[in-house]
Amino acid sequence: MTDPLTALTLAQARDGLASGDFTSEELTRAHSGAVEAARDLNLFITETPELALERAQASDTRRAKDAAAGPMDGIPIAVKDLFCTEGVLTTAGSHILDGFTPTYESTVTANLRAAGAVMVGKTNLDEFAMGSANVTSYYGPAKNPWSTGDGKDRVPGGSSGGSAAAVAAHLCSASIGTDTGGSIRQPASFSGIVGLKPTYGRCSRWGIVAFASSLDQAGPLTRTIRDAAIMLGAMAGHDAKDSTSAPVEKPDFEAALGGGVRGLKVGIPREYRIDSTPGEIETLWQQGIEWLKDAGAEPVDVALPHTKYALPTYYIVAPAEASSNLARYDGVRFGLRVPGETLDEMYENTRGEGFGAEVRRRVLIGTYVLSAGYYDAYYVKAQKVRTLIARDFKKAFETVDVILTPTAPSAAFAIGEKMDDPIAMYLNDVFTVPASLAGLPAISVPAGLDPQGLPLGLHLIGRPFDEETVLRAAEALETAARFDTKPAYLEGA
Amino acid sequence: MPLDESTVKNIAFLARLKVPDEELERLASELSNIIGWVEQLAEVDTEGVEPMTSVVEMTLPKRPDAVNDGGDRERVLANAPEPMSGYFAVPKVVE
Repeated sequence: MTDPLTALTLAQARDGLASGDFTSEELTRAHSGAVEAARDLNLFITETPELALERAQASDTRRAKDAAAGPMDGIPIAVKDLFCTEGVLTTAGSHILDGFTPTYESTVTANLRAAGAVMVGKTNLDEFAMGSANVTSYYGPAKNPWSTGDGKDRVPGGSSGGSAAAVAAHLCSASIGTDTGGSIRQPASFSGIVGLKPTYGRCSRWGIVAFASSLDQAGPLTRTIRDAAIMLGAMAGHDAKDSTSAPVEKPDFEAALGGGVRGLKVGIPREYRIDSTPGEIETLWQQGIEWLKDAGAEPVDVALPHTKYALPTYYIVAPAEASSNLARYDGVRFGLRVPGETLDEMYENTRGEGFGAEVRRRVLIGTYVLSAGYYDAYYVKAQKVRTLIARDFKKAFETVDVILTPTAPSAAFAIGEKMDDPIAMYLNDVFTVPASLAGLPAISVPAGLDPQGLPLGLHLIGRPFDEETVLRAAEALETAARFDTKPAYLEGA
Repeated sequence: MPLDESTVKNIAFLARLKVPDEELERLASELSNIIGWVEQLAEVDTEGVEPMTSVVEMTLPKRPDAVNDGGDRERVLANAPEPMSGYFAVPKVVE
């Protein structure tokens, strides 16, 4: 079932296309075939093989004229179904966006299209990106290609679960996701791949279905650090259509690689040592410190004293912004409409039926913390604590260049677990949320396996707009970890 | 502070979200758990701390107050569930 073309990394595919070893059409057909063959994993909400073929052929035509658009030209990618794509159904994993076919393209997917990337389909996700296991999707749970032989399907993490698992299962050379509190990094860790959340403002949010606008950020999911650098280069850039998009220069991220970490100061925050973390994660973290030390970096203890307040802060700020953003789903302008006698009844029926349980929960929490009488006690308080969390990082980065932590407090769990207790599910993001609240770039690097043979990631956090150092340190971890185990699904187990 | 059923009913109305009466009790307990958990923020000393308004240090750019888009009625209405004569249509609001 495996095709040698689907086993290539993005960089290898780029080089193969450039040297004429194969065409984008051949590469794309191999991946579209793999997408179709892997339908049992439920990773795609919409497959776009015809569109992909058309774009692949256009790419081959450009290349034949020596006019290839750059490293991404002809590369098959998957797109989280949270990005608006012109003429292609965009659902956000929600019933309420039934039939929504945007007449415009998000800036990030437009950038990738302009770079020649070939979209093979739109991937499954938690409804409106609200979740850590891809189990809240209206289109059903996505399955992780990793399993343990106990007969239980594992979650791929979330919310970018389909995007992460599609990369792990070799259904695309790379994919894009979004990260609000960990939605790229945690599924990358669960799926044994690389996931990069850039600095807030690095990639335009225009045309991404909004969840929490002060936190949402698009980023790449790939099999190697080099691939992440290439993808980020094609996604990022200032965009006048997003007023929070930063007017900063875009470096050549791939050129940052190969520099090594000699002399780099790596912060180890003691507050990330929590009692409930399984021993293997603590061990892997220590191993990560040793790897970076062996490569010439210097570990330094740092304090991030407000870390334990990051999750509760996030669960005020994110639902508050979500309740406001999701006010637009009113049954009038797009998507589902459930009739009612009055306008209010039509709104209530549409939203009651269109939103799933987790989205309803967060809209209600958000409405509550923003409502008269509670706004100062909850929302303003949380925004103050958020300032303190950001300050902790700023202070730490006065002495260190990058911070190393685990990505997630566990490996992938079985579908159906942690469903009864929302807070238990929220704890998945305990290590990823602080960097989100501070808007910092962060990456998950596949680094080892747990005792059951499931992948675990290590997490690096950097200074604002210093993705280059993050990538460089990540490359050192990647080189030392030599993580090359493949998921059971690919081994045909 | 725990949320009771009438509070849930009220915020559900504010959010224009239909919640069947039989779900109110379970929701009140779930939401109370979450609110109780986030209330640990009360122990943080935030005296004199400015609430965060922007996560990156940059000023919001301004653009000229000029029309740069428009005339796209067909595209704007393309996804409307019940468009009518070039407009969005809603249930009658004025008798």
